[in-house]
Amino acid sequence: MNTEALTVTKKLVCGNPKIWKDPPGAMMYCPGCHHTVIYRIISEVLEELRIDGKAICMAGVGCHAFIAITWDIDVACCAHGRALDSATAIQRLNPDAIVFTVQGDGDCTAIGAGGFINAMTRGEKLTTIMYNNTNYGTTGGQLAPTTLLGQKTATTPNGRDPALEGYPIHAAELAATFKGTAYSARGSVHTPANYQRTKRYIKNAFQKQIAGIGFNFVEVLSACPPNWHLTPVECLKRIEEEVVPEFPLGEFKNEDI
Amino acid sequence: MPEKIFIQGNEAVGWGALNSGCQGYFGYPITPQNEVIQWFANEFPKRGRVFVQSQSEVASINMIYGGALGGFRVMTSTSSPGWGLMQETISHCAAAELPCVIVLVQRGGPGAGSVRHAQMDYMSATRGGGQGGYKNIVLAPASGQEIHDLMQLAFHLADKYRNPLIVLMDGILGQISESVEVKAIQFEPLEEKDWALRGRNNHADGKSRQIHSAPGVFPAPSYPDYISWLRHAEKKFHEMEKTELRYETYETEEADLILVAYGYTARVSKEAINMARAEGVKVGMIRPITLWPFPYKIINEKVKQGCKFLVVEDSLGLLIEDVKIGVEGRTEVNLVGILDRHIPTDGGVIMPGRVLKEIKRLL
Repeated sequence: MNTEALTVTKKLVCGNPKIWKDPPGAMMYCPGCHHTVIYRIISEVLEELRIDGKAICMAGVGCHAFIAITWDIDVACCAHGRALDSATAIQRLNPDAIVFTVQGDGDCTAIGAGGFINAMTRGEKLTTIMYNNTNYGTTGGQLAPTTLLGQKTATTPNGRDPALEGYPIHAAELAATFKGTAYSARGSVHTPANYQRTKRYIKNAFQKQIAGIGFNFVEVLSACPPNWHLTPVECLKRIEEEVVPEFPLGEFKNEDI
Repeated sequence: MPEKIFIQGNEAVGWGALNSGCQGYFGYPITPQNEVIQWFANEFPKRGRVFVQSQSEVASINMIYGGALGGFRVMTSTSSPGWGLMQETISHCAAAELPCVIVLVQRGGPGAGSVRHAQMDYMSATRGGGQGGYKNIVLAPASGQEIHDLMQLAFHLADKYRNPLIVLMDGILGQISESVEVKAIQFEPLEEKDWALRGRNNHADGKSRQIHSAPGVFPAPSYPDYISWLRHAEKKFHEMEKTELRYETYETEEADLILVAYGYTARVSKEAINMARAEGVKVGMIRPITLWPFPYKIINEKVKQGCKFLVVEDSLGLLIEDVKIGVEGRTEVNLVGILDRHIPTDGGVIMPGRVLKEIKRLL
């Protein structure tokens, strides 16, 4: 047998971010989930801005917390929905730190709606990255405030009915209405171009935080293949054809002072 | 020379916290403890310390969680309905081993109850009121001076055990004004909070820190599985129970009847005992200063000496359950409670005369 043909020249073209531990927490996610991709963006931004050494991440409760706890930066998992309350205190007590929250759509806009609204009311110098996968992923795909009209979930078996469950919440647009908000945007990672745009949004948010302008918010659309009952590739199509029309991508606020 | 000032009990909370080195206060207005949050709003920012009025007691306690994560001495205060709201995250603080101080100025319950004094949160304060069976030290001051002093002990013990600590007051203690000597108390030195979140590059070892309240979900190197964490917790709770018991005895030598009371009713009881002793009636008091751990042993010793027991408590009877545990069913335990107030309203109080009457009835 000619083993020479099987020899592959190994050349690293794209490694893991330095703040990912080995094995990366990304291994905990379902195939086709976008959370890992979003974590990669945050990791790259923290490293490029050289703030990973003074960053403190406050994670909520949900799938998004799994990787946070394995990051090689200071991280705390907070009570469900309360990351922004806890982040407020540690940021005020330690103004030199870069405190940010990662939260799911349910964590931020359902159980944590009070903390979200009031952190923006107070204009806290924080950044929040919110993962929007239009359902509760961790608990098995139930209705979230972001669930699309007609979307079947474990608790809306006939699809979300506006007469019973109301309409999807638009967190990025809502955040933009607060005077205490410096930056608000919604991105997606379902295409390489959107990956790059989302990275720019997240970088903008952290730069505004470093400048101390106000509260910063980036909502990122994320796929949830098992709970959407779709393949990873079908999820990309759903985001493009159904989710983005409901949740338009772009910047909604970008204040310099 | 230490400063002596005439202040409300609620303000003594603030002075005690200030002298303990408390760096952040986070609270929400609720009667009858509004003087606490107002004191911090006035006194903390001008001293470069952090004050935030939160949007709810749920937010207050989660701000405490965040402040404690950063290694700072932080506290909140509330009254009974707000206390109910805080339970979930007090449990998270216990699970994440975050030291913090919660001051509870009790009012009448249940529900919204009344906005006046009462002692009706004894069980949730002493039994780990939130989910999951944690334990916390409960300090029960009975005067302005003791509020000021125990606030400092509270921060020390919270840090020592990395555990939430409750200071249990009542509306009367919060509202009455007394002379208080304001001075910092020295305690044994404690270890640096090497575990706190400060940003990876600010740690001496250059290693990142991760803190969470889910020992059964995220294993940590020191506690690789859920049961190993519970073993650690059990050891810590046992150590607190063994080491931190505090109580005061008053006229208990040769007493035939022992009163048990904390907070404002302990003041009332002391007055009643003085009146009774003046008439030659042999009565004394055991006043728990820690409600958890509870002084079961001294109560048990008094049972063996043939004492009867009378609990004086502004509720339908909660502290009495602990006294009964100490008594082990071997003698009678009586109650002068909220139904024995001098007038049957939210503003009524248990008066020394009523306690004296019961003392005489029992002896």
